[in-house]
Amino acid sequence: MSKLGTIGARLHRGEIAYDFVGKRMIWYGVSILITITAIVGLAVRGLNMGIEFEGGAVFTTPTKMNVSVAQAEEYANEASGHQAIVQKLGNDSLRIQIAGIDTGQSDRIKQELAKDLKLDPEKLAADLVGPSWGEQIANKAWEGLAIFMVLVVIYLAIAFEWRMAVAALVALIHDITITTGIYALVGFEVTPGTVIGLLTILGYSLYDTVVVFDSLKEQTKDLTKQTRFTYSEIANRSINGTLVRSVNTTVVALLPVAGLLFIGGGFLGAGTLNDISLSLFVGLAAGAYSSIFIATPLVADLKEREPAMKSLTKRVLAKRAQAAAEEDLAGVRATAGDDGDDGAPAVVGPRNQPARGRGRGRTSGKRR
Amino acid sequence: MAAPKRGRSASAPSKPGRSLALILIAIVALAGGMFASGHTTPRLGIDLAGGTSITLKAKADQGSAINKANMDTAVDIMNRRVNGLGVSEAEVQTQGDDNIIVNIPKGTNSKEAQEQVGTTAKLYFRPVLASEPSGPATKSPSPSASAKDGSSPKPGSSPSASASAGEKASGSGKETASGSASPSASATSQGRAVTDALKADSTPSPSGSASGSATPSATPSAPAGDGSGADAKLQAQYAALDCTKPTDRANAGKNAKPGRPTVACGQIDGAWYKYLLGPAAVDGTEVKKAQAVFDTQGAAGWQVQMNFTSKGAKKFADITGELASKPQPQNEFGIVLDGEVVSSPYVRQSITGGQAEISGSFQQDEAQSLANMLSYGALPLSFQEQSVTTVTAALGGEQLHAGLVAGAIGLALVVIYLVVYYRGLSIVAMASLLVSAILTYVIMSLLGPAINFALNLPAVCGAIVAIGITADSFIVYFERIRDEIREGRTLRPAVERAWPRARRTILVSDFVSFLAAAVLFVVTVGKVQGFAFTLGLTTLLDVVVVFFFTKPLMTLLARRKFFADGHKWSGLDPKSLGAKPPLRRTRRPAGPAAGPVDPKEA
Repeated sequence: MSKLGTIGARLHRGEIAYDFVGKRMIWYGVSILITITAIVGLAVRGLNMGIEFEGGAVFTTPTKMNVSVAQAEEYANEASGHQAIVQKLGNDSLRIQIAGIDTGQSDRIKQELAKDLKLDPEKLAADLVGPSWGEQIANKAWEGLAIFMVLVVIYLAIAFEWRMAVAALVALIHDITITTGIYALVGFEVTPGTVIGLLTILGYSLYDTVVVFDSLKEQTKDLTKQTRFTYSEIANRSINGTLVRSVNTTVVALLPVAGLLFIGGGFLGAGTLNDISLSLFVGLAAGAYSSIFIATPLVADLKEREPAMKSLTKRVLAKRAQAAAEEDLAGVRATAGDDGDDGAPAVVGPRNQPARGRGRGRTSGKRR
Repeated sequence: MAAPKRGRSASAPSKPGRSLALILIAIVALAGGMFASGHTTPRLGIDLAGGTSITLKAKADQGSAINKANMDTAVDIMNRRVNGLGVSEAEVQTQGDDNIIVNIPKGTNSKEAQEQVGTTAKLYFRPVLASEPSGPATKSPSPSASAKDGSSPKPGSSPSASASAGEKASGSGKETASGSASPSASATSQGRAVTDALKADSTPSPSGSASGSATPSATPSAPAGDGSGADAKLQAQYAALDCTKPTDRANAGKNAKPGRPTVACGQIDGAWYKYLLGPAAVDGTEVKKAQAVFDTQGAAGWQVQMNFTSKGAKKFADITGELASKPQPQNEFGIVLDGEVVSSPYVRQSITGGQAEISGSFQQDEAQSLANMLSYGALPLSFQEQSVTTVTAALGGEQLHAGLVAGAIGLALVVIYLVVYYRGLSIVAMASLLVSAILTYVIMSLLGPAINFALNLPAVCGAIVAIGITADSFIVYFERIRDEIREGRTLRPAVERAWPRARRTILVSDFVSFLAAAVLFVVTVGKVQGFAFTLGLTTLLDVVVVFFFTKPLMTLLARRKFFADGHKWSGLDPKSLGAKPPLRRTRRPAGPAAGPVDPKEA
């Protein structure tokens, strides 16, 4: 802990800080690149929709089958006349997916399959889905997504302000795009479970963002009454201040999901558990990334356009220039970095320990 | 919820104990309730317990709009059907606007259920052999209860309704008793007379009306002919039937074979009647179409018109010809829907030609409803099977098992991480997680019987994901405390000062989570809904646990030497947290550092 704790302390004091806001253009670029890749992937490869969306049947055999996957595939193709997908599950049972058959045909196929596999038909679990079932889940999901977005924007606009609401929304859309993009690119199957996972990201992605925003709101309450820091600097400090917390919460949230994904999924190979946890895993990671690298810098960007913030930035810069000039006059070692670079060092300065030497140089800065 | 927690260190001392006691009492009470109710495990959903889940989608047909009322009626009827199988756990619920999901747990004949649920033809026209008001107070508590002919003796309704009936089956529904049957003493005595007659001659003959040949001039005594044992049994069943009892009602028409006589209940104007019915004369499927029409020419008002198929028309002509000559109530036929008499119009003459009307002083919706029942057998809408899911218990158990193992491992990883990172503080986190887990489990168990909450696989996932969300709140709070210590505060003030801010953050972010869950719950269907419910529930519990358990526990522990002195293993060691030594034990440092600290505390 001590090492991590020290990093936490130094982050807290601002001794070390990554200039998230200052380098936002890099991260915007990264995100735009990822988003474009995702959209291209979606457009070119499309999503691999599960049978819930295509219509079809899934048959699951009981454990301990002495039939090879290829053999089962042959049986299934024969019985249905359609191309079947057969997967071996973790417990040696088989999962046989046949797309494009309707409920009428399925019973016959089930009987035939059971005969081929030398099984009691009762033991062959059948999961039949009409094509519109998944579609409806998806439609409802889109509807839910839209309603949620509207409500959350209203809520955030009231609890915080509209800029934060906008930034949070952008981050949310960003997360969803990335997640679906990864699904398209990797070719994971999209099932209702995936949709569930995706929808959960909604709340979680915003949860993270909101925590950073809350700290930001608190720290910028009396911002215009001082002339030490610009909004962007405070924003950056908020991110850094909550960085340990963000990392911790993300790790803690990802651990159980990873457990579900790798261990739970490993037990069974495929199924609802995997579908949900996979999209959650991708989405949670994207959510953590976007709350740090996208949402908050975006707020800072929007904020800096406000006249009040513009004049604040001007005052802060003027003051720094003046301080630098005074220091030059006083013959004290010049703090060269301070006025040129408005990012991390400026934030770092006041929090710094005397050991660093800079504090002494900025005695004039104490005046408010 | 937040208000009592506002206190700063000065007023804190007495409070943590109270909060802890409160939540412990709540847990004990809930757990006690759980054990008392006997539901010690959460109700498992169809996917975990196994069974069949049928999803039906309503189709908009001519004249039947997909609206809430129709959907509710359909659910009601389907529920009757699946529970008619003797399955108590069967669930029928609407999902979204136009879906009905029927969950039939393992152990029932799912095929039969599947057939019954969506089909629309459990409707029969049976001749009435006898009928009377049913219930404990059979002896005519009021004229309305005893007036018998299946009609309402509403004094205000127009007798002309049936009088105008030319070639038609004159309706029961709301029809005022025509001619002979009036809400008078005579009607009462007639009803009783029938009963007496039936009691006297042990068996009315079902065969008479079934064949259509025998006893055209039937009298109550005529059926006495062939008194087989089964009929005597039926007679006894009829005598014992009390239609005011739900159990009797449910069993009355159950398993009635179309070709055999049966007993049934029917409700007319809020009063229950029992019927002894002959074999089905016309099947519901033989009604081609039925619709409610408003009779603009006569004064009949709303009527229900029926068109029969050619086969049905012939049968209907036979039965009406036979019935028309009989006295009350044997000139009636009961329209039996899923074992319940929905209407029992009487017949004045043989109706040929495949067209018939039921008239009476119907309200529009009553006529509409009867027409729907006739057209669709029972369901006001026709349904299309969307999916039929059979889940074996083994598979569900496997998945649940994997989910639980994964959840346990995930939880263990979280605990390890918390111990490594937060050391002593992780005790608080783990205790809180434990309380949270117990509360979730108990409440889920209790919600099973209370609101039919069933824990399906997505819900298990939701609960596992919620571990992270719950842990988030502690992390927010712990990091705040550590920040305060870094500012140079000692633990006790740090714990108190950190709380209001952590509290706000937790509430704001939990609200967003809850909003997402709530929207999903309201908007989505099926599996997603269960997942959303679990997420919403755990988010709420998270708030409760943090407020009433984590914070008070933290306050109490802050008094312990181990934590207060910042033991190396407490997770709150000021030195390793990097607190500023000169500021220790100084509330409001006035030194050089005052300026920089301000924006943070503002």
